[in-house]
Amino acid sequence: MLSHLLPHLILLLLLSPLLTGIITRTKAVIAGRRGAPLLQLYFDLAKLFRKGMVVSSTTTWVFRAGPVAGLVVPVLASLFIPFGGIRAPFSFNGDLVLFVYLFALARFFTVLAALDTGSSFEGMGAAREATFACLAEPTVFVIFIVLARVSGSLTLDAMLSSLQSHIGHPAAGVPLLLAAVCLFVVVLAENCRIPFDDPNTHLELTMIHEVMVLDHSGPDLALILYGAAMKFFVMGALLVSFFLPPQPTDIVTETTAFVGAMLLLAVAVGLVESAMARLRLIRVPQLLVGTSLLSCFALVLLLR
Amino acid sequence: MLLETIILLPAAAAVLAGLVPWPRLRPLLVPAAALTHLGLVCRALAAAGPLAPAESMLGIDSLGGLTLLVVSLLYAVISLYALGYFRCHPDWDNRIFTACLLLFLSAMSLATLARHLGLLWVAVETTTLVSAPLIYYNRNKFSIEATWKYLLLCSVGIALAMLGILFIAYAGLLGHGEANIQLDHLLASARFFSVPWLRAGFVFLLVGFGTKMGLAPLHTWKPDAYGEAPGLVGGLLAGGLTSVAFLAILRAMQIMTAAGEQAIARQCLLALGVTSLLFAALFVIRQRDIKRMLAYSSVEHMGILAIGVAVGGLATYGAMFHMFNNALTKGALFLSAGNIHRHYGSKRQCEILGSLSVLPVSAGVFLAGFLAIAGSPPFAVFLSEFSILRGIFAAGHPLLSGGFILLLAVIFIGMAGTVLPVTLGPTYNETGTPGGHRETLLTAGAPLLLLLVVLAMGFYLPTPLHTLFSQAASLLEVTPS
Amino acid sequence: MQNLPDFILIAVILLNFFLLGTSRLGACVQAVALQGALLSLLPPILSGPSVHALSLAGGAFCLKGIVIPALLLRAIRKLDINREIEPRLGYIPTLLLVALTTAGAFVFGDRLPLLAAHLNSLVIPASLSTLAAGFLTLITRRKAITQVLGYLIFENGIFVFGMLLAEAMPLMVEAGVLLDMLVAIFVMGIVMNHINREFSSSIDTDHLNLLRE
Repeated sequence: MLSHLLPHLILLLLLSPLLTGIITRTKAVIAGRRGAPLLQLYFDLAKLFRKGMVVSSTTTWVFRAGPVAGLVVPVLASLFIPFGGIRAPFSFNGDLVLFVYLFALARFFTVLAALDTGSSFEGMGAAREATFACLAEPTVFVIFIVLARVSGSLTLDAMLSSLQSHIGHPAAGVPLLLAAVCLFVVVLAENCRIPFDDPNTHLELTMIHEVMVLDHSGPDLALILYGAAMKFFVMGALLVSFFLPPQPTDIVTETTAFVGAMLLLAVAVGLVESAMARLRLIRVPQLLVGTSLLSCFALVLLLR
Repeated sequence: MLLETIILLPAAAAVLAGLVPWPRLRPLLVPAAALTHLGLVCRALAAAGPLAPAESMLGIDSLGGLTLLVVSLLYAVISLYALGYFRCHPDWDNRIFTACLLLFLSAMSLATLARHLGLLWVAVETTTLVSAPLIYYNRNKFSIEATWKYLLLCSVGIALAMLGILFIAYAGLLGHGEANIQLDHLLASARFFSVPWLRAGFVFLLVGFGTKMGLAPLHTWKPDAYGEAPGLVGGLLAGGLTSVAFLAILRAMQIMTAAGEQAIARQCLLALGVTSLLFAALFVIRQRDIKRMLAYSSVEHMGILAIGVAVGGLATYGAMFHMFNNALTKGALFLSAGNIHRHYGSKRQCEILGSLSVLPVSAGVFLAGFLAIAGSPPFAVFLSEFSILRGIFAAGHPLLSGGFILLLAVIFIGMAGTVLPVTLGPTYNETGTPGGHRETLLTAGAPLLLLLVVLAMGFYLPTPLHTLFSQAASLLEVTPS
Repeated sequence: MQNLPDFILIAVILLNFFLLGTSRLGACVQAVALQGALLSLLPPILSGPSVHALSLAGGAFCLKGIVIPALLLRAIRKLDINREIEPRLGYIPTLLLVALTTAGAFVFGDRLPLLAAHLNSLVIPASLSTLAAGFLTLITRRKAITQVLGYLIFENGIFVFGMLLAEAMPLMVEAGVLLDMLVAIFVMGIVMNHINREFSSSIDTDHLNLLRE
């Protein structure tokens, strides 16, 4: 399995900033602009890593730990899921729980870092982030239960790589489709996309995630941006594995299909962002609870 | 052909009423259609044997015939009152009211003659729809509220009944392999039906049509609708429509009896009946609004009917008799209450004290009608309530009969607390007599006529009627094989 | 599960969630219309394209999918009804209740004695769930028009159950049922109009509390 480690990491580290570029470009094209270059995030990261850093004197080491955790966690989590033909480097029974809680750990550190600045805006953002994450987490677990039930396995690797053969199956198709829809909503919510959060907003009062990172600069900000891109990549990979072609072929074709699907996903997210407005904050919990209930319904359909 | 005429004649008159351009002539259509209708109904009842072949959509049996007779008789007298009523309000637009009034008769006739549960449902739902404009005739905040509650609650209730009908059809499909809900067919094959579905269907039918009938705790629309509707509409609803809804419940009872599930059906009906008596007793005390008081009295009598059928035996006969008496007495009470209401412009007890000295006939009928509906001896209501009570004793429910008598006494006292001051109390003269609609031959004569019929029936029950009651009761008792 | 009726029924159940979860009145009316239109496709699919099934489908499609929603949307426009649904009970609790009742419908539906042909069908759960959604709309929503919607959802639930019994109702009776429903909505619309006039442009049923003991 360790032979998969290198290609796995390369795919993750190199490809993830591209997805952000595609989303921005899709939105620009829909809006009739030319838009930033596809590789803009790579340039941004390079620039930020070269810059100096301003750190408030009231903060402690916790403030620096947030971005690091934000970068390390997606890398670790990615090791448990397959990227198309490239199987997961590590897997064991119940790793899906670790997967969910790794992201919770990253969120914990981000929230702490935000609170460490002592700014009221960042505290507000932290509170919102924690609330919405609490509402999104049950959905992910229920989806995993559905997947475990369908595939009869408790490892993420086995669950996700066998999905393609089940989705066409009569009894499992509809629940799996519903689960995919729920997962898409969760991907949008967890990655602070419209309709939950607007990554481009500049009004602190309406911000959720972005407000928490206002005080970070230079390499720290680069870590955060890179980490966010990789988080989108990892969660996207989860969603994409629902729709990969069922017949196992050689590893190159499968990986190409995977990469293509990821790019399509980025375009889809861009389309959603162009078509929808950000929800009022009061509606966000409603939508997330609705999504959890939908996933529960998928489970009920599966169990009967 | 006769049955179709009974249904279509009022409908045709309704269409005519919509077309006739003269508002002073239009009301004449109501009594004309109603009296012809009564004549046709009597002919249909006199004709021996079933008028329609088995397995047809329309037909007349003694249960439906009895209900039809009650409805038609009450409607005929009220149609005379309606003439006088329209003369009191010559400037009000009566096109919609007249048309709906006539359609109401048509829909009720269809419900009594329907031999197919689906058709029965359609007819009962139609009665809801055409009576809504009748309740809203006074056009104010109160009547719109009453209309909305009536429309929504009854529509949802009827929708539940539809579910019950479908459940019964499924019971047939599951147990018998056939989902035919023609009544004769159902009665013939009910013993093969799947029991859980049949029971569920009965409960839904009971709740659905029970809402329409106004059995507690499903009666909440009743005080509002009866309170805000004009007196003649209140009389038609309390006397006619409730009987039709009761008939629908009796059809469900017939099916349960045929399936050998009579015991559980009777228990359900008994529970609703006793609850109705309890609610009526609670709310009729200190009720200061005469029409709302009559509405709770209607809840009480629906409870008595339900108990009568639930106990069975002699009480079933009593219930059939009581349906007849209740309808006519309620008609008399609502019409006279309407006269009092119109004269004083109020139906609150404190503003209409001592009406006997101002409106001798109406207030007299109201007082006598109260005595009648409470079950005082010379009136026929006494006989029917007494039969039900004897039935309860005969069936060996001493506790139930004790409670029954106690609740009737409480309701009697409660109603007396309102009715006696209104009729006999000291005259209330501070604001003078507003409105000043006097009683006319038609508006005072119609309730008097209804009450006289009830009184006469207390002394002499014509043999054909007795036979009709017995036959109707026997339909609910014997399992057709 | 792969066949068409099951997809339609699942869509109907999902629409129940949407109906109780959305905050926009217009979307709610459109969802009820969509639900009705989807349901009207069921009779010919389930019992074959007979004259009975086709005319029932056509009638139901016209009424539930087109005429009644158009009437309601027109009422919203004419009466200038606020576009926000005003719930008595919040959206999240109602959504939880829908989920509970739907789960209950599935559990209960499995325990009922059914014909072998209906054993694994989604008709019973979908019907019970829709009935419950209709009740919840009736109880937890404040406006007169949302109560009408609740009644319509309820009727849709009954329609779904009727799918088990293709031949129970003669065509004439089915027509009567649909016609009654149309007239009911029509009369309710007129009454809403009058409520609007009496209570100075508000069809909030909370105003309807003048009559009480």
